Amino acid sequence: MERTSPAAAAMLMYRRDLLLAFRHWDQVAQPVVFFAMVTTLFPLALSPELGELRQLAGGVLWVAALLAALLGLEFLFRADHADGTLEQMLLSGQPLALLAVAKGAAHWTVCGLPLVLVSPLFAISLGVPTGALCTVMLSLALGTGILSALGAIGAALTLGLRRGSMLLSLLVLPLAMPALIFGARAIDMAIEGEAARGPLLLLAAMLVLVLTLAPLAVGSALRISAE
Amino acid sequence: MNWTWLHKFASPPHAYRLAGRLAPWFGWPAFLLIVAGLYGGLVLAPADYQQGDGFRILYVHAPSAWMSMFIYATMSVAAAIGLIWRIKLAHAVAAASAPVGAWFTFVALTTGAVWGKPMWGTWWVWDARLTSELILLFLYVGLIALRASIDDRDRADRASAVLAIVGVVNLPIIHYSVYWWNTLHQGATITKLGKPSITGEMLWPLLTMIVAFTLYYGGVLMLRLRAEILRRERDASWLQKELAA
Repeated sequence: MERTSPAAAAMLMYRRDLLLAFRHWDQVAQPVVFFAMVTTLFPLALSPELGELRQLAGGVLWVAALLAALLGLEFLFRADHADGTLEQMLLSGQPLALLAVAKGAAHWTVCGLPLVLVSPLFAISLGVPTGALCTVMLSLALGTGILSALGAIGAALTLGLRRGSMLLSLLVLPLAMPALIFGARAIDMAIEGEAARGPLLLLAAMLVLVLTLAPLAVGSALRISAE
Repeated sequence: MNWTWLHKFASPPHAYRLAGRLAPWFGWPAFLLIVAGLYGGLVLAPADYQQGDGFRILYVHAPSAWMSMFIYATMSVAAAIGLIWRIKLAHAVAAASAPVGAWFTFVALTTGAVWGKPMWGTWWVWDARLTSELILLFLYVGLIALRASIDDRDRADRASAVLAIVGVVNLPIIHYSVYWWNTLHQGATITKLGKPSITGEMLWPLLTMIVAFTLYYGGVLMLRLRAEILRRERDASWLQKELAA
């Protein structure tokens, strides 16, 4: 029998996860709806004045996106763990880190990408000028990628635990704080009309770093949790 | 080369006895140095010309802040040793260290707040150092919570070890990003102590307290490690004999 190459296995995993995700449309829509709700809460709680909201827009968008992306993380490995797919992944002989990258990428496509796509709409509602929308999308795209990678570590560690979702946010949010700082700052700078290149590049560097190291941590965490 | 002397340290009975013997050797010097350091800091050292007697909280605050980072580093090294060479005792050291480190972090934050109130006029400022210390506390709490919520000891050990290592990679990033964030947002509204050239009379009690706190951690670690070994080895036959003797 011919052996599946690691790249092909990762691709299969990615397509399988997408297929499974889009069988449940409600799950795909949930983070977006949550994102919409949280961004709506802020004008209600703070002030309807666009001028004031504009100053807070970067932070509001980022906090809402972080929380929304965190919501879906809990389910990243749960179904696979419950029905034994995870054990088959471990036994398949394929590099676990690569399969973890595929699963993380699928999670980002389902959870992160929709947030990035709808973010201009909510940015405008918070008074962000149209010139800054590109930066909003770019910073959220990089940031949700970082969160998917970091969150995969947390999800793998808390697999099958009681009250795992609370624990997951406790583990992941402190690690995501640097991304929040640079991401929100990039949007702030763009709103003020400055070039936001610096923080965006730092965000991209962080993404490269977590994409390099996180799969290894996810792999060993999955091995620990599945035993 | 014969390595058996080294392997002995990883055996629970040996470690249990050794920790019991070492505990007073850490504990008593720690006690004496704390007494000496506090006397030097609270009585002998002159009052600061700007801060008056308020600066004296430094003698608890700075050593606690040092310990919060020292213990995180020790814990991560122990966790990595446990993960790589599968030495259970190293995991026990990490497990015994985490609550002590969290407590020192908490002490550093609260003494900082008490110090900040008369000096800066507020309990809390979003200063870079304060914020990264707070995030460190969150990391400690996450580690303790993860360990507490996994019933299987082996899995709890290894999962906490992975998290500790992830945390240690992230700490410098958190530290520098927080600095960057603060310098852009606040500028110089609050000037930190800015490394004043501290006089010898003020300095030696501080150094004494730092050494004393480190020794205190050593002593507490030995006691906690013994308790941890008791918990882990409660069904082992050597322990029955040891306790019967």
